[in-house]
Amino acid sequence: MTDPIIDVRELHRRFTVRSPRGRFRRTRTVVEAVDGLTFQLPEGSALGYIGANGAGKSTTIKMITGILVPSSGTVRTCGLHPIRQRKQLARQIGVVFGQRTQLWWDLPLRESYRTLAAIHRLPQSVWTARRDELVDRLDLASFIDIPVRQLSLGQRIRGEIAAALLHSPPLLILDEPTIGLDVLSKERLRVFLTEQRAHHGTSLLLTTHDMDDVQRLTERIIVVDHGRMAYDGDLAGLVRRVGAERVLSLDLTTPAPPLAGIPGTDLVSVEADGLRQRLAFGDDTTATAVLEAIGRHVEVRDLTIEEPDIEEVVRRLYLSATGTGTGTGTGTGSE
Amino acid sequence: MADGTWRPYRVLLGSRLRSQTTYRRSFAMDLLGSLSVGALEFGEIYVIFTNVDVLGELDFAAAALLFALATICFSLADMVVGHADRLPTYLRQGTLDAFLLRPLPVLAQLITSDLSLRRLGRTAAGVAVLGVTLPHTGITWSVTTVVLLVLTIVAGTAIFAALFVCAAAIQFWLVEGAEFANAFTYGGSYAAQYPASIFALPVRVLFTFVVPAAFIAYLPTLALLDLPGPPGLPSWLGWCSPVMAVVMWAVALTGWRAGLRHYTGAGS
Repeated sequence: MTDPIIDVRELHRRFTVRSPRGRFRRTRTVVEAVDGLTFQLPEGSALGYIGANGAGKSTTIKMITGILVPSSGTVRTCGLHPIRQRKQLARQIGVVFGQRTQLWWDLPLRESYRTLAAIHRLPQSVWTARRDELVDRLDLASFIDIPVRQLSLGQRIRGEIAAALLHSPPLLILDEPTIGLDVLSKERLRVFLTEQRAHHGTSLLLTTHDMDDVQRLTERIIVVDHGRMAYDGDLAGLVRRVGAERVLSLDLTTPAPPLAGIPGTDLVSVEADGLRQRLAFGDDTTATAVLEAIGRHVEVRDLTIEEPDIEEVVRRLYLSATGTGTGTGTGTGSE
Repeated sequence: MADGTWRPYRVLLGSRLRSQTTYRRSFAMDLLGSLSVGALEFGEIYVIFTNVDVLGELDFAAAALLFALATICFSLADMVVGHADRLPTYLRQGTLDAFLLRPLPVLAQLITSDLSLRRLGRTAAGVAVLGVTLPHTGITWSVTTVVLLVLTIVAGTAIFAALFVCAAAIQFWLVEGAEFANAFTYGGSYAAQYPASIFALPVRVLFTFVVPAAFIAYLPTLALLDLPGPPGLPSWLGWCSPVMAVVMWAVALTGWRAGLRHYTGAGS
C-alpha cells in the first residue's frame, strides 16, 4: 500500500479582505477560501476538482503546489511538505494554469524546453527523447520554432502541457486547461492526456468547467463550494444525486406538434413551429430508447445531446445540500 | 560540479540575451538612450563647475571621478538586478507563481529573468568619464590605489544591487509601491554622484546609513585622492564599502525572505 500522492487534511485558508468604508475607515472581513478540506488522491488516479468561481479551487491548488501556505491543516504532495520542500516538489509535479503562461513569451517552444531542461538539470539524452515524444504526441512540430506570443491559444496550451511534462513528473496538475479551446483542440488534448496516463501512470488533478473533461479524464470528482467539500465520488453518482438531466435537441424534417409524453423524458422547449424540440432525460432511460420512441412519431434530421452544465450541477448540488430545495441560492462566489 | 550548479542560470541568461539581440535596431536605440542619460547627468556636473570651482571640497576632476564611479556601479547593478522593480508586474501576471513551481531559488530566478545589456550604454559613459578624468585627478598610483579602485567598483555595484533587492522586497507589501521604492534606488544613485558633504545633515545621514550612497563613491574617492574630507572623518572609512555591501546584502536577503513569506501567506 503506497502513500497517497496528494494528502490533504483539515485544510483551511483564510484571507483578510480590507475594503474602504467612508474616507478613512476600512473594514476587515475574514474570508474562508478553503474551509476544512480533507481528501487523499491515490497514486496513479485522476481527480476532477470542480466548483463555481471563487469556490476555493485555485487556493487549494496553490496550497498543494507550494505557492500558498495553509492557515491551518496539513498538505503533503508526493510525500513532501510543499513549502519547506518546494524545490524537491517542483521536480515531482507539473503544473499548468490555463489562463497564465509559464513559458517565455518571447522565446519559441524549442528554446523554452531547452531552458526548462537546464532548470530541472535533466541529462541531455533524457530530455531530448522526452521532448521528441511530447512534440510528436501533442503535434507541436509545426510551431515549435515560433515565439510563444505568436501562437494561438490552443497551440500555447499544448506547449504549456509539454513544458509541464518535460521532466516526467508523477503528478500533473491542470487548472482550467481547456478553457477557451475549440472542440478539436479539446479533443486532441483529452486523447493525449489519457494516453500519457496509460503510458506513464501519471496522476492527474484537474480543475475545469467542462463536464466532458471530467467525464473523459477522471474517475473521481470532488465538488467544492465556499471552500467546503460538497461531493466526493464518481460522476454517475453526482448526476444521480442532483438528478441532472441531459437534453436531447432534435431538428425535425417537418414541423411537428410538441413531443410530449415520450416515456422518461420532459419536453423542455419547442422552437420554430416545432421544427426544433428539446427533451430532457435522466438516468432511468437511454438516448437510444428515447430516439426509438420519437422515431415512431417524427422524422429526425439532426440531433445533439447537451451534457448537464457543470455550473448547473454544482448549483443543484448546493441547493440540495442546504435543503432549500428551490430558490436563487446565496451567490456562490463571483460571476 | 561547479558547472552543474550554474548551468541553469547560464542557460536562462543565454536565452535572455538572445531575445534582446533579436531586435537589433530597437536594442541599438536603447543603448544610445542609456548612453545619453549618462552623458546628460555628467553635463549637470559640468554645468555646476562652470559656476563654482569647488563643490563639497572636491574640484572638478575629483567630482568627475566621483561621478564616474557612481555611474559605473549603478549601471552595472541596474543591468544585473535593475529589473527586480518589475516584481509587481510579475505578481500580477503570475510569473512569480511560475518561479515558485521551478526547482530554483525565487530570487535567483528573478535576477536571471533579464540582463538588460542596453544599460551598458550608461556604463560606457561612466567608463569614458573615468578614463578622461583619472590622469587629471593627481592620483598617486600604487598597488593600494589600484586595489581600492577595483574594490570600490565591485562593492559599489553590490550595494546598488542590494538596494534593488530591498526595493523589490518592499513591493511584496506595497503592490503599487514602485515609485516609493525608486526613491531609494534611483535616489541613492543620484546621491552617490555628488559629494555627500553638500547635503544637509538629515539627507546626509539618510544617504550614509539608511541608503549607504556615501560609501559607494564619495568616501572611496576621498581615500583614492588622499583628501581630508569633512573634519572628523576617519580616512579608513573609504575602505569600508565592502563591509557596507555585506551589511546591505544581509538586509536585502532578510527583507526578500520576509517579503516572499508574506506573499505565500506565511507571515500574515
